[in-house]
Amino acid sequence: MAEKYLTYEYNIDGENFTTAGEASVNLKRVLRRIGFAPEVIKRASIAMYEGEINMVIHAGGGVARVNIYEDKIVITLDDNGPGIADVELAMKEGYSTAPDKIRSMGFGAGMGLPNMKRNADKLEISTRLGEGTTITMTITVAATATAND
Amino acid sequence: MKISEIAKILNGSVLCCGEHTCGEVFSACGSDMMSDVLAYVKNQALLLTGLVSPHAIRTAEMMDMKCVAFVRDKTPGEDILALARKHGIVVIKTPLRMYEACGLLFAGGLRGDIDTDINAGVCG
Repeated sequence: MAEKYLTYEYNIDGENFTTAGEASVNLKRVLRRIGFAPEVIKRASIAMYEGEINMVIHAGGGVARVNIYEDKIVITLDDNGPGIADVELAMKEGYSTAPDKIRSMGFGAGMGLPNMKRNADKLEISTRLGEGTTITMTITVAATATAND
Repeated sequence: MKISEIAKILNGSVLCCGEHTCGEVFSACGSDMMSDVLAYVKNQALLLTGLVSPHAIRTAEMMDMKCVAFVRDKTPGEDILALARKHGIVVIKTPLRMYEACGLLFAGGLRGDIDTDINAGVCG
């Protein structure tokens, strides 16, 4: 395994939808500074942003941990929310349990989890009803995909 | 198309980052659903939206967009403009509705890759 560069931990405030996404903006800045390729930065940022929004909408917040390696970025989203009753259904594009209030704020179109999967090379979901959900996303960095190459 | 020309076609006012209006964009996306923008937009550098929220700016930042145009004369608050300034995103306000704004820009030459737009970019 390649050497780990950095580890970041973000507390996601579940009470404030307006500030949701700030951790993703911070992560994007970190990845830019390191010099990852724009395509890798974009995929990691979108996956994290969708995850952050989901944690605020459905789980009352949680913790996001990001481990940055030379060859991959691993994002782990951990919450103590209600869990996902049917993961297969939740992965379907367009399926959402978000309330109308969230839709009026531009989210809740049922694209969160599918979009996280689309942008990550690997997505794992571990969920228990009434206890919470852990989502791990791995974004692989191709050998040639750094801006400094 | 230069952002300054976009503002002109939209009969819009530039609300912040006017120093970046010489930047060029080649395609645009119109949507009020940020979920769709995050899911379907590829390389559109202009977001037209009626969603007056910091998430319009944050989504634009995630997608490496250069400009956000608020349609239907919606006026973003200072918090939204401050966020846009932080990320160097030009904000325009236009009295036009979404359909008219998109139509005028398309007719004005902001077409981008039409095939890509049909399949992935026009989302609302």
